[in-house]
Amino acid sequence: MAIIEIQKLTHEYKEYDEENREREVVRALSDVNLNIEEGSFVVILGHNGSGKSTLAKHVNALLMPTEGAVYVCGKNTAEEADSWKIRKDAGMIFQNPDNQIIGNVVEEDVAFGPENVGVPQDELSERVAMALEKAGMEAFRMESPNRLSGGQKQRVAVAGILALKPKCILMDEPTAMLDPSGRREVLNTVHELNRKEGITVLLITHYMEEAVRADRVIVMDEGHPVMDGTPKEIFARVDELKEYHMTVPCVTELAYELKKAGVALPDGILTKDELADALLKAREDSKEQSGADKA
Amino acid sequence: MIRDITLGQYYDADSVIHKLDPRVKLAFTIIYIVSLYVGNTVWTFLGAAAFLCVVIALTKVPVRFMLRGMKSILVLLIISALFNLFLVSGEPLIQWKFITITKEGVRMAGLMIVRLILLVMGTSLMTLTATPNELTDGLEKSLSFLKIFRIPVHAFGMMMNIALRFIPILIREVQQIMKAQEARGADFESGGLIKKAKAMVPLLIPLFVSAFRRANDLAQAMEARCYHGDEGRTKLHPLKYQKRDLIAYLILLLYLGAMIAQAVLIR
Amino acid sequence: MKLELKGVSYIYDPLASKVKKAVDDVSLTIEKGQFVGLVGHTGSGKSTLAQLLNGLVKPTAGQVLLDGQDVHAKGFPLKTLRQRVGLVFQYPEYQLFEENVLKDVCFGPKNLGLPRAEQIEKAKKALRLVGMEENLYDNSPFDLSGGERRRAAIAGVLAMEPDILVLDEPTAGLDPAGRDEILSQIARLCKEEGIGVVLISHSMEDVAAYTERMLVMDHGKLCFDDAPREVFRHVEELESMGLSAPQVTYIVRKLNERGFALPDDLLTVEEAKDAILKAIMK
Repeated sequence: MAIIEIQKLTHEYKEYDEENREREVVRALSDVNLNIEEGSFVVILGHNGSGKSTLAKHVNALLMPTEGAVYVCGKNTAEEADSWKIRKDAGMIFQNPDNQIIGNVVEEDVAFGPENVGVPQDELSERVAMALEKAGMEAFRMESPNRLSGGQKQRVAVAGILALKPKCILMDEPTAMLDPSGRREVLNTVHELNRKEGITVLLITHYMEEAVRADRVIVMDEGHPVMDGTPKEIFARVDELKEYHMTVPCVTELAYELKKAGVALPDGILTKDELADALLKAREDSKEQSGADKA
Repeated sequence: MIRDITLGQYYDADSVIHKLDPRVKLAFTIIYIVSLYVGNTVWTFLGAAAFLCVVIALTKVPVRFMLRGMKSILVLLIISALFNLFLVSGEPLIQWKFITITKEGVRMAGLMIVRLILLVMGTSLMTLTATPNELTDGLEKSLSFLKIFRIPVHAFGMMMNIALRFIPILIREVQQIMKAQEARGADFESGGLIKKAKAMVPLLIPLFVSAFRRANDLAQAMEARCYHGDEGRTKLHPLKYQKRDLIAYLILLLYLGAMIAQAVLIR
Repeated sequence: MKLELKGVSYIYDPLASKVKKAVDDVSLTIEKGQFVGLVGHTGSGKSTLAQLLNGLVKPTAGQVLLDGQDVHAKGFPLKTLRQRVGLVFQYPEYQLFEENVLKDVCFGPKNLGLPRAEQIEKAKKALRLVGMEENLYDNSPFDLSGGERRRAAIAGVLAMEPDILVLDEPTAGLDPAGRDEILSQIARLCKEEGIGVVLISHSMEDVAAYTERMLVMDHGKLCFDDAPREVFRHVEELESMGLSAPQVTYIVRKLNERGFALPDDLLTVEEAKDAILKAIMK
């Protein structure tokens, strides 16, 4: 079942000049049609300005469609009365870890969402404990957010969303400001949530490595999806990705270069083991080949 | 390091006083200030000092820690004492050229010093035993009656909370921008007042831009987490009076009563 | 032009009960024209080291020498050091403040007390070096895209015409195209302008692909100072410091485990490709 349905979504915003006159109308999204299946892990790639952040904000009902419609768990984001329910079902994590933590103590911050929707007080403490545990942050419950690392802060933000018991988590470049270990920390946490809790994840990122483990990869360019498929399918189309100013994971890049140089390799190699298997086979083949030549 | 800065001067300890509701601590502060002004006799100050000593002992805050806070008001103490010493008229005690020190002056200066010391120690107890968060909560709840006058008490409370969270971040940011501009040869130290003020522009503009960006991000993040004012909002740790809070209120009232009584009776 | 650290240590809060050395007895020399990578886990002291290099912080012990002169000695003009060793902080676009790009880039030369015409000349040269299009010079820096803002900020430091440029994670937060653009421009500065570059990075791939020398910091100490190829032979040690080797190193290891016999010091996709081709086609 599709948990998010995006139908003919177009988003335009107006730019104004210094005298407050309309300068131009910018089309951030144009005619986007997408269905996101419940329980899937979807990665959205795209260079800056490709419209991927705008898309996520639509799913969170932070923006209203200029044209078309977005449904989250069957609810239309254009219905203002439903916007809290939508935000409860589809929580959003932003890029800057500092600018999304409200509480002065970790537990206060995690409780912020449930407090807002009026979860009864005797249930709040349980929710906080549950959310912190799932995000692997229970040891930091009474800490000040200022003492946490970037990765830990993002995991607090994840816990803050989990406390609302969402069906879906939207992440807008959550790892862009983190160091490699912080990035791994956050990625592992959301993958586990997806696997164990069945939470749908929509991850926007610039890091191709983060797309390898996804169920589905969507590439955005100039306001609409231009590629859509499994990581294997997407990363098999290296030339096309490069056209959209994207790179590919290192293993894939190496396989692609080898193939260009004449080694018979299958498309869309994503892991070291796949590459090793394919290369062993290629070596066998070339031996046979040269053996046959000699004979 | 900068990120360890706590606003106010909260001293973490496991004491009866720490456990009290922040509203009790607010009430204590007000009652204590009032009690210092009910009388002008030695008895008033003896009483207030004795009460304060008991409370300080209960807080488990080391006296050394409390006295450290006194250093900052030393100058104020000396100035106000000198004012009283030289300017209060009355029966002359010492006269030398145009300087006259009167008996009343000495008495007033002495009272002033004692009163100020008690005042500062008494009020600092509040910030020592309650975190800024607790105080914000306490203040918000105590002032919630203002809502009937359509004063957005909850919004002010939320603003305080956010300010508390972001002040350390912004302080760090100021230092960073300052260093970045210094790396471009900016000079924040030398020159006269006008030159210094001008030198602040490259610091202040980026700071404002960043503060607005953060405010924008935060507003969006709050909205994404279903924030919509205090309508239908619950709280993780709502302020609820316990038995010990009632006892504390009782003690406070008794103390205030005793202080007024002694002020009326002993003249 | 030679910048030298001699036994430099730095302690943030010497009065704290637990004294932690952010930088601990580091000695190194950086020369014009070198491309140096500086890596280390968050909190390893690499950012402090960068600030020591241009005198923004004063060492608790040891000396910083510019062409043999102690920069913290009485009478040494710190401005000279700041001019000759440029420092680009993380997210440098947050320091932009002027009404247009050109004026902002002039800020550095202006602080050096240069005449107006010279300021503009240097600013324009710097903007050209970072590949900023001329029609953007009059734009407000706040109207630029993320990548353009970043380049404008780097130009702001370049306009002071430093001999050595220290960059703290100049590609953080950019998309892949933006990352490549900035890095290739920095490489060009080093090659064509002869500027010494110290690149702080979390990306081992970038360090392997661009730098000729690699410094590794851990707990305030300088643990490695060698060519990347040599440093990346010590994968286990790097990992114990919370770092890693380039992806290619791991791929090659895996292939060797599976029966290939590739050299163990391959760092880039290009090198790995050639080695594998040789192994297969022989």
